[in-house]
Amino acid sequence: MTAPSQAPGHSTDAAPTRRTAPKAARATLRGRPELYTRYAADQALLNTTAKKVWTAAFLLVVILLPVMPFSTRAWMGNLTLVMIYAVGGIGLNLVTGFAGQVSLGHAFFIGIGAFTAAFVGGASGREAGGLELEMWIWLPLAGLVPMVIGLLVAPLAARVRGLYLAILTLGLVFLGEHIFREWAYVTGGFIGRRAPDPVIAGFNVNQRQDIFGVTVESESIFYLFCLVILVVLALLARNLARSKAGRAFAAVRDRDIAAEVMGVPLLRTKVLAFGVSSFYAGICGGLLAVAFGQITPENFGGLSGLLLSVEFLAVILIGGVATISGSIIGAAFVVLLPRFVEIASGYIPFVGGQGSGEFLTVFQANQILFGALIVVFLVLEPRGLFGLWLRVRNYWKAWPFSY
Amino acid sequence: MTGLEELIGVLIRGLGVGSTYALLAVGFVIIYRATDVVNFAQPALMILGAYYVSYYVFTVGMPFPVAVIASMITMAAIAALTERIALRPMVGEPPFAAAMVTFGVFVALFILAFRLIGTNVIVVGDPWGLERTELFGVTVNQVDLAKIVISMIAIAVVGIFLKRSRVGLAMRATALDQEVALAQGINVGRMFGLSWAVSGALAALAGMLIGTSAGGVSPLIAFVALKALPVIILGGLDSIQGSVYAGLIIGVAESLTRAYSGTYAPWLGSNFDIVVPYAIMILVLMIRPYGLFGTKEVQRV
Repeated sequence: MTAPSQAPGHSTDAAPTRRTAPKAARATLRGRPELYTRYAADQALLNTTAKKVWTAAFLLVVILLPVMPFSTRAWMGNLTLVMIYAVGGIGLNLVTGFAGQVSLGHAFFIGIGAFTAAFVGGASGREAGGLELEMWIWLPLAGLVPMVIGLLVAPLAARVRGLYLAILTLGLVFLGEHIFREWAYVTGGFIGRRAPDPVIAGFNVNQRQDIFGVTVESESIFYLFCLVILVVLALLARNLARSKAGRAFAAVRDRDIAAEVMGVPLLRTKVLAFGVSSFYAGICGGLLAVAFGQITPENFGGLSGLLLSVEFLAVILIGGVATISGSIIGAAFVVLLPRFVEIASGYIPFVGGQGSGEFLTVFQANQILFGALIVVFLVLEPRGLFGLWLRVRNYWKAWPFSY
Repeated sequence: MTGLEELIGVLIRGLGVGSTYALLAVGFVIIYRATDVVNFAQPALMILGAYYVSYYVFTVGMPFPVAVIASMITMAAIAALTERIALRPMVGEPPFAAAMVTFGVFVALFILAFRLIGTNVIVVGDPWGLERTELFGVTVNQVDLAKIVISMIAIAVVGIFLKRSRVGLAMRATALDQEVALAQGINVGRMFGLSWAVSGALAALAGMLIGTSAGGVSPLIAFVALKALPVIILGGLDSIQGSVYAGLIIGVAESLTRAYSGTYAPWLGSNFDIVVPYAIMILVLMIRPYGLFGTKEVQRV
């Protein structure tokens, strides 16, 4: 990459340069796409042509997926789950990947988001109360309530480090299960409650609709809705990561004492990381509730809550620590792998469905597979699938001259 | 029964449960000190230990005390083998990766236990049952006394072993600094295996004690073993003494909550005793981030 000062038209006189720079940039860009003449271009979200093209192509593909002939409703459901997991994964990546605070309590915040959504959006019934508000109220609240709780917990979490922090946050999952079970007015108690209807201005995004005479399946609409949410939240997270706050996260992660010495407020940075992460977890929880249809305290607390938290750790560790795209890749991997194992279970020895009498159930096989993959990635490629992609990219960048 | 007698009964029960927590926590701490790994496989080792006690008593036909010792030896062997196969290759890798490996071992052993036990409830065949005995004018369950006495003897034996024996000295040296220990001619790898073996044996003993409860032995007693996590955090990750105190504190607090929260604090909801260990852990970490007896990390710039 060439330093900006070597660009033609760049002189010590700043004012005219700024006027002419875009023109000069455009001229030099031809054939030399990675020559930046401005820092802003270097730091841009899509700083290379390849990125622009591929992001656009990828977006086009995922938008068009619902109308593809091979997209069955079940697969649209799976892909929706990928989007939702990606939102949660980005959240965990902000606190664990970017800010370096290992959290096993992600399931707790997801649960709060889900039950907030169910309470605010759900109908008041025999077993639990509800406010019956529309989605444009309950979805932001599903993020804000966990965020407030995250901000309250964070000062405590900021005091402890490493394993102490991991087990402290694990404690949250167990406390959460108790609260979800006992606060029956909000959560429906042991049996849980129905998910809220995702209605915006009378339009249900999880229901078959006729749009301009075309019948669109409920899965497709909800898929597109989750896609929009994911794109918006991913952009926000990416922007946060490359802002002052994001650099503070990285500084705290890499060496907290050094960060403090350089004037990064440790407490405020960690609290911010936990707060934003909890917001993402809450949105993930609200959407997850809609995808599940019925939510129970069992989904988010206790041992299954611990497994959910580990699943999200798998999302970021397999996908790529401290990358937004990595979280999305990881989410796709973690959500879709069990489906493939399920399909392939007929061909793998010792693995069968629930009650098939085989040695391992599909669920157990997945747990083992995730555990093994996390270890393999931690040891061999700590940057995850995103790191593998970087290796491939860098190989071809210099090809055929590998050094 | 007067209120005071009831209170003493509750306290004894709490101490009984707490001493089994302490037993499990000591196992965690021994492995953590030697290898810097939090052993998430401990609950699975515990279930398998309880299963083997039952197996030796009912299938092999051993007398109960012999069966317990046989089970402890079996679990020590399994734990040492686990260390050799799964954990030794992780030496020098990030501690988080090693912790994930123990989590994988947990899943594998848990599935094994699930296959062995199945859906039937098995009992460990302990001689105490529901027998009660008179102690200082208060009637208490023998099994609670057995839990306290056996746990404390086992922990004391481990403590004396670490403090007085040559091998114990080598283990402490390894815990202090692996490289220096290696330079002094200590076989560090063997010390790792030994730590796991001791920990496995303690887990088997704890499994037996927990298996004496009314529910018998089922894979679900893993939940009980998870409570050792708040115990070790409360005591401080690297302190055996701390885990004993923390185990007893948490056991008693849990027992008191179970007995009295319905009367005095109904707003806590039913079954609050299950989360009491976590609540206490969080409260204590607020005041002491390294637990009650943990080594305070010195920050050097």
